[in-house]
Amino acid sequence: MTATQIRVSSPKARKPWTPSQILLTLLGTAVSVVFMSPLAWALFTSLKSETEAVAVPTHWLPEKWTGQAWKAIFETGNITNWFVNSLVVSVCVTSVVLLVSALAGYGFARTEFRGKGVLLGLVMAGLMVSPAVLGVPLFTTVQQMGMVDTYWGMILPQCAPAAMVYILYKFFQGIPRELEEAAFIDGAGRWRVFFTIVLPLSRPSLAAVGIFTFIASWNNFLWPYMVTNNPDLMTMPNGIATVMNSYGIQWAQLMAGGLMAGLPLIIVFVFFQRQIVAGVAHTGLAGQ
Amino acid sequence: MTTSAQTVIRPARAKTAADTATVRRKQGFQHGGWFVAPFLTLFALFVIWPLLRGVYLSFTDANISGDSANFVGLDNYREALDDPLVWDTLGHSAYFTLLVVPCITVLAFFLAMLAHHIERGKWLWRLCFFAPFLLPSTVAANLWQWLFNPGTGMINHVFGIDTPWLTDKSYAMLAVVICTLWWTVGFSFLLYLAALQGIPDHLYEAAKLDGANAWHRMVHITLPMLRNITGLVIALQILASLQVFDQAVVMMDFLPGPEESTRTIVQYTLEQGFTSYRVGYASAISIIFFVIIASFAVARMWLLRKGEEGVR
Repeated sequence: MTATQIRVSSPKARKPWTPSQILLTLLGTAVSVVFMSPLAWALFTSLKSETEAVAVPTHWLPEKWTGQAWKAIFETGNITNWFVNSLVVSVCVTSVVLLVSALAGYGFARTEFRGKGVLLGLVMAGLMVSPAVLGVPLFTTVQQMGMVDTYWGMILPQCAPAAMVYILYKFFQGIPRELEEAAFIDGAGRWRVFFTIVLPLSRPSLAAVGIFTFIASWNNFLWPYMVTNNPDLMTMPNGIATVMNSYGIQWAQLMAGGLMAGLPLIIVFVFFQRQIVAGVAHTGLAGQ
Repeated sequence: MTTSAQTVIRPARAKTAADTATVRRKQGFQHGGWFVAPFLTLFALFVIWPLLRGVYLSFTDANISGDSANFVGLDNYREALDDPLVWDTLGHSAYFTLLVVPCITVLAFFLAMLAHHIERGKWLWRLCFFAPFLLPSTVAANLWQWLFNPGTGMINHVFGIDTPWLTDKSYAMLAVVICTLWWTVGFSFLLYLAALQGIPDHLYEAAKLDGANAWHRMVHITLPMLRNITGLVIALQILASLQVFDQAVVMMDFLPGPEESTRTIVQYTLEQGFTSYRVGYASAISIIFFVIIASFAVARMWLLRKGEEGVR
């Protein structure tokens, strides 16, 4: 508690520029420039005309600034469709994962039922299964269910993340039992205790799980790539990688599309970064 | 413990109240089946069932349409172990992992130390180092494909070199590694940053009083305190890197790269399944790959347990 309070109040009492701080800041700036320059390069490319983008010798800033590429992707392509698809899939996946993994994490951490040990072991084994490892059998399973080229087929297989259950399980184990016991003695039911006491206490962890699930799902390429062929159903990463790459790459348009896929998350991060770092610390990810 | 006087006065009531309390407290933690049921349903359908199905399919000659699968025993496994492409592509994934894991761990630690110790503009450093992770893999791959482009790419232009990054066998995987470092270091960076913030300040203050300089403080306090998180970062990176697919495939236009040097095991498996329609054979490779991945995870758990015993 005291540590955070000190940290919060420190910006007001500015510390002096010591030589080591100057050195570190310069180093940090240099590294940041290296990290940001590919993104800047993408932005500048997207604001060039297609002919200028591939002109030799290469130059950073457009000689003639133009919104042509951006206009073109909205007018000719499927990109608004893909954006909506990405949004639908990621929002659904995140909501289901949050609900289901919070319940399961709590169930494993706090309640007793037959076969709990075995099931927990299975969940741990599930940490190693992904579409990259078992793509083909997963695909044939989803095919049998008749969910190829559907939203369901894209969403449901992303909704059983053992990792998130495990993280929340670890977190719920750390909440003092006495809080729940007191509520039980007062006659509150299990579900009421879960929703009114446990969940509000877990807000930072749930936020971290939610944010990382959303990032993973928004950026997921492999699974949507395997399960959809219909360009109208594709998500952003999928559409950009397959359709925009297929007939003669137009670099300015490709960069514009890529930025459109990446910017929403970057903007969200700007506003929630403190919560995200706190959430990572909170979930005990950092302390394992 | 109620006194005997009270028990005499109101024996029945006192007993019931105490009983209800214990019963309620105990019941509260029982029958949690309904809590885990929704997750387990999804987990059974989309993780356990495909795993079992994969094992079953690996003993058959199933094709993609799913009809007329014959039991072929261990044939698929025998073929896989004799297939030079399985070993080549496994090797490519392993080579990628060997390059990525140490680089990312060191780089993430370095970036976290920078962001932690610079006193001003912390949000800016966090944003700069983490932002690439927020891009879809395919976008990062396209971006670096464009940067590595021999004629019009920025990399060769900036460094004044003429390296055929994406068309020469000796550079292609390196290009994929560089893209991956830039794109994913942010996640490990965040783990390290959170861990650094969790180290209590008084440790450093005590060391300062004892006259330890910055280097000593890093070696004797920071690094030991970060041991667990380093283990986690390395383990997560090994698991993720062995499964590399997206970047390699997109950077090479969905081809196996120059002299097939960037074709990974995941790519080969999916080609067998979806291009050659050999679902049975692809499943066998998947199961072999799953066993490799699982053995890494088991090794990590074993190491962790051994480490804990060592501390005790």
